[in-house]
Amino acid sequence: MIVLKWLFLTISPCDAAEPWQLGSQDAATPIMQGIIDLHHDIFFFLILILVFVLWILVRALWHFHYKENAIPQRIVHGTTIEILRTIFPSLISMFIAIPSFALLYSMDEVVVDPAITIKAIGHQWYWTYEYSDYNSSDEQSLTFDSYMIPEEDLELGQSRLLEVDNRVVVPAKTHLRIIVTSADVPHSWAVPSSGVKCDAVPGRLNQISILVQREGVYYGQCSEICGTNHAFTPIVVEAVPRKDYGSRVSNQLIPQTGEA
Amino acid sequence: MAKQYHLENEVKKVKEIVAPQGEETPDEITLKTAPADFRFPTTNQTRHCFTRYIEYHRCVAAKGDDAPECEKFAKFYRSLCPSEWVDRWNEQRENGTFPGPL
Repeated sequence: MIVLKWLFLTISPCDAAEPWQLGSQDAATPIMQGIIDLHHDIFFFLILILVFVLWILVRALWHFHYKENAIPQRIVHGTTIEILRTIFPSLISMFIAIPSFALLYSMDEVVVDPAITIKAIGHQWYWTYEYSDYNSSDEQSLTFDSYMIPEEDLELGQSRLLEVDNRVVVPAKTHLRIIVTSADVPHSWAVPSSGVKCDAVPGRLNQISILVQREGVYYGQCSEICGTNHAFTPIVVEAVPRKDYGSRVSNQLIPQTGEA
Repeated sequence: MAKQYHLENEVKKVKEIVAPQGEETPDEITLKTAPADFRFPTTNQTRHCFTRYIEYHRCVAAKGDDAPECEKFAKFYRSLCPSEWVDRWNEQRENGTFPGPL
């Protein structure tokens, strides 16, 4: 990837699902990078175990075929092999468990103070987003609904069942706090590139912290069966440079304060 | 290097054309929100929002309606609580049915 960039080839990272996609989408946050790395770490052991078990299996079938070995031996005990087959699997599960726990606990760690808070509120069947950091009263709030664009209104290049009318605009390279909740039934706010999937439960506020490392548009879908239009409740996060975010929010706030 | 410098100057010129110094430009907002509170270190932040709301109203009750030191609590709970919740709690306070210790 880096080499190709040196050759001035433009590469667009994968931030939405693709046809016949097998792997994860490209990471946009350190958490997602951690998830992908953990997957690769575990896959090393997985392949190791697979090859070993297949080898033993094929060997046993070959050498202990009834024509080769008509009278089976009655061995019921072997200290060395029993010690080995206890210690090695426990070592392997330790090598898997340690990075796994490290990632798990770092995911819900509240390390730094976030710069902005965004509330994502699930509805049947759309998401409402509230930006209330700049409010000076209870009424005033930068709130908007995010509906899916129906198939017949799609423009060329837009993704079916993924595009929304109002994207969540967030600053890149900034610590974000997303408060996820629901107004009716359980939903789930998920953006694969950010490595985030958080249940939206009515009456409860769930917090997730993300740090989007690069500007881009990230697609996700509601991930908890929430009714008939569950499949038509996508999530689109647009990460913009910090200064663009500032001017966007202040531009949206000015007409509101003008009215008030 | 010289080219880079030249480019920067060009950019400055363009910026001045787009947004001249005299014209009113919207004030840049500062990115600031409720800080992480170590009373609420978990994913569940429901109590965080509720506590900040109560803290604000207790502060106002103790120090008067427009005490400047209470304003920060208001900012915190507005950042954390869904506006629907705040509206409901405000209504409950008016009716005297608010369930929290005020």
